[in-house]
Amino acid sequence: MPIDKIFKDDASEEKGERARMASFIGAMAVADLVKSTLGPKGMDKILQSTGRGHSVTVTNDGATILKSLHIDNPAAKVLVDISKVQDDEVGDGTTSVVVLAGELLREAEKLVTAKIHPMTIIAGYRMAAECARDALLKRVIDNKENAEKFRSDLMKIAMTTLCSKILSQDKEHFAEMAVDAVFRLKGSTNLEAIQIIKKPGGSLRDSFLDEGFILDKKIGIGQPKRIENAKILVANTAMDTDKVKIYGARVRVDSMTKVAEIEGAEKEKMKDKVNKILAHGINCFVNRQLIYNFPEELFADAGVLAIEHADFEGIERLGLVTGGEIASTFDNPESVKLGHCKLIEEIMIGEDKLIHFSGVEMGQACSIVLRGASHHVLDEAERSLHDALCVLSQTVNDSRVLLGGGWPEMVMAKEVDELARKTAGKKSHAIEAFSRALVAIPTTIADNAGLDSAELVAQLRAEHHNEGCNAGIDVISGAVGDMEERGIYEAFKVKQAVLLSATEAAEMILRVDEIITCAPRRREDRM
Amino acid sequence: MALAFDEFGRPFIILREQDQKTRLRGIDAQKANIAAGKAVARILRSSLGPKGMDKMLQGPDGDVTITNDGATILEQMDVDNQIAKLMVELSRSQDYEIGDGTTGVVVMAGALLEQAERQLDRGIHPIRVAEGYEMASRVAVEHLERISQKFEFDVNNFEPLVQTCMTTLSSKIVNRCKRSLAEIAVKAVLAVADLERRDVNLDLIKIEGKVGGNLEDTELIYGILVDKDMSHPQMPKQIEDAHIAILTCPFEPPKPKTKHKVDIDTVEKFETLRKQEQQYFDEMVQKCKDVGATLVICQWGFDDEANHLLMHRNLPAVRWVGGVELELIAIATGGRIVPRFQELTPEKLGKAGMVREKSFGTTKERMLYIEHCANSKAVTIFIRGGNKMMIDETKRSIHDALCVARNLIRNKSIVYGGGAAEIACSLAVDAAADKYPGVEQYAIRAFAEALDSVPMALAENSGLQPIETLSAVKSQQLKENIPFYGIDCNDVGTNDMREQNVFETLIGKQQQILLATQVVKMILKIDDVISNSEY
Repeated sequence: MPIDKIFKDDASEEKGERARMASFIGAMAVADLVKSTLGPKGMDKILQSTGRGHSVTVTNDGATILKSLHIDNPAAKVLVDISKVQDDEVGDGTTSVVVLAGELLREAEKLVTAKIHPMTIIAGYRMAAECARDALLKRVIDNKENAEKFRSDLMKIAMTTLCSKILSQDKEHFAEMAVDAVFRLKGSTNLEAIQIIKKPGGSLRDSFLDEGFILDKKIGIGQPKRIENAKILVANTAMDTDKVKIYGARVRVDSMTKVAEIEGAEKEKMKDKVNKILAHGINCFVNRQLIYNFPEELFADAGVLAIEHADFEGIERLGLVTGGEIASTFDNPESVKLGHCKLIEEIMIGEDKLIHFSGVEMGQACSIVLRGASHHVLDEAERSLHDALCVLSQTVNDSRVLLGGGWPEMVMAKEVDELARKTAGKKSHAIEAFSRALVAIPTTIADNAGLDSAELVAQLRAEHHNEGCNAGIDVISGAVGDMEERGIYEAFKVKQAVLLSATEAAEMILRVDEIITCAPRRREDRM
Repeated sequence: MALAFDEFGRPFIILREQDQKTRLRGIDAQKANIAAGKAVARILRSSLGPKGMDKMLQGPDGDVTITNDGATILEQMDVDNQIAKLMVELSRSQDYEIGDGTTGVVVMAGALLEQAERQLDRGIHPIRVAEGYEMASRVAVEHLERISQKFEFDVNNFEPLVQTCMTTLSSKIVNRCKRSLAEIAVKAVLAVADLERRDVNLDLIKIEGKVGGNLEDTELIYGILVDKDMSHPQMPKQIEDAHIAILTCPFEPPKPKTKHKVDIDTVEKFETLRKQEQQYFDEMVQKCKDVGATLVICQWGFDDEANHLLMHRNLPAVRWVGGVELELIAIATGGRIVPRFQELTPEKLGKAGMVREKSFGTTKERMLYIEHCANSKAVTIFIRGGNKMMIDETKRSIHDALCVARNLIRNKSIVYGGGAAEIACSLAVDAAADKYPGVEQYAIRAFAEALDSVPMALAENSGLQPIETLSAVKSQQLKENIPFYGIDCNDVGTNDMREQNVFETLIGKQQQILLATQVVKMILKIDDVISNSEY
């Protein structure tokens, strides 16, 4: 007698070994995909979207690559997810976390074939991760007290982060910019205050940090192009036609003259509003919404600079920077806080005119103008800079740093190896495998740089046998070197997040012994 | 197929469009049903116990869930077979009633079905089997009552509760920090529990998750956490001693329900209407201000103008707060939900010692903490974790732990876990079998055997020799007449569940046995399955 199917037609079910195999292979495939982008000599990927226009992205940012992939394998989705979270939490290390999780699973697969139960492997991985974290904690450097040293630490971290990106040519220039920008934030992690403006043209080296605020808008015709000691009203109000908001209101007239009257009243109303705004004693008015020609003209008559259609973020930022409040009603001019800045002027970057606010009240905000040959370059530059800014702002709060260039991995691997020797039982195999997975990261970095990874890693391991060694792989010179001397530093927070979430993800995938795929939801046939 | 003829030899139509339907009858139907039930149980069997594995489920829209919670697996599995659906229902009702043991109940039902199949092969009528099961389940439940132990705890000494919750959590992926999570769960339940009435309203415990951070960062907040931020970016991010106006009316001019039109035909009317409108906004804000509110929480959105007016008058506001959250805030702060501005009075305001906005990570995500509330009955468990699936799974695990703690407050009796209770019941049922004359005796014995399958699955999942382990524990229980010996899943080295601190609630176990028996009885009674063959 046939056993009834218990699932729907298109659903599938994978069990035991097959399920495990499917998830291992999926996860490893994803890890291998981004593997070649790891490290300073990592390669980029071209992503072509399937949407309209087939827009192209060139990147080596792990999170961006994975985000754009259409993946069907559920285990692979777990890896995509951790990379996304890493991006949101600390901003950098998005590739490393996936590669480490992939390596952990690769090692786990070998252990599973050697008839070790996944639960045992998980137990071993957990112990190893704990031990690795302690090892890092023991070796962290904290220069919070010493401002000068701290700054140089940040500088080095920024350079290390940037050197794997497209900006590596001018990494010092950009690192300087990023550190300056983050220092202006004075410890807050609010990256909104740093505005990045992309303008094609020029070369990457022409990018600059501006202490003021730059708004990508034009100044209305007939209005002053340069205002000193500006008083700014930042507003979010309708300046087209102010509708009556009472529900059900409508205009019903019986003659043309009445229409004209109403129109006149409307105009009067707008004029009133403009007058009220002018009563604030301002010389610059920035609105989030459109400003129609009529009020614009009125503003021009009054010699007030009116800027329309600043998007919401622009408005918020402008409010933050100039210290004004975002106003929507204008009845009490005396109590509305106006924004101030020393100088508003129109500047030219490349072909475009932009409005530049300098000498703003709050020094926190700044703008970074990126220049570059093409949109792709600029997009990638923005992503890289964003990574650097994220890492730096997190490091300002948690000032612990580590050396880079595979140094932390080797330190962890060494400690984990020692733990493996001390542990009795099958778990020790898993712990040993964990250390192998850790070593895979420097190996990949060296491989990507076209170096003899086996040789270098072996050398590194030997060096690390001595207590307190600072050796890591210097990809630029292609040899093992002292990382402290070369100034290659990484943030502790990033490394810790990589370690913990990779272990967590590997554990999650290992625990699975069955995959049930539901029948895909039927799309309506559009024919 | 069944065809009947009337006295003129014309066929009656008994089943419409008969040829399009498949029909199974008699023993075939029972066999098919049992096979389907067993198939479902087999899927869950490997998820049982602390060393149980997880299932990865890909939903119809490609979303991935990883879990080992029986109810969730079955719910997401999207089964098609009718009997399989019954099993899904079974696990769901265990989830609603008890909240834990959702895997166990299905495994139990599967084992009962398997045993029933053997009895059917012997030629025993399914009804007799069902009756035998019924008798046996009564014996088992009574025996559970007998071996159960009261255990004492109070608000100051909640260690035993924590231990029980840890048993529940140990089978989940979160077992890395089961201790801290169990403590959080117990504290949360005790905070909202009504110890006088022995009742816990779990609705008062809100579970909120946010991706990022570590599992260790999970915290219990004596207050409410709302995934919203202040309506205006420049409103203060921290308010002490907040008096909260909880509104369900929008900051907008009134919209009468009846359809109406306001006709504007003269300039004067236009002007008055304009004035009126401004006045509305002003009045609304003024009313809130008048009653002394320092924070407005609104279910609806509000206009830019209203927003600025609020900002202008130093009245921070939160908008688009969901109905459930609004209720929780009202409970926690002791305020009343006010549906109209006219009804605002100072007494209706909620009070909270501290309201603050906190941002996370590098993205602009913010959440609002409402703490030190006047009435701290509502609490929030805030979960952090490496990825979305982890958070979802943690939510489910915490929910289970909360349910267990609640059940213990309702009924202080416990039985020992790790299969100990099942083995004890199995022994008792086996012994009772001989007292029943007739065919049922066989069914009762089969029930005893089915009970063994739970500890057997536990042992199997833990990598132990199932038969050896089970028989050893069984003989130990019988020899010493102590019902505390169970399967040593964690390789601690002792079989004594008292020493390992592995407890389960009595009602949970009883419910498992009763529900499983009920469903099996129902399945056994079906002798005809008619279905459209398209499916």
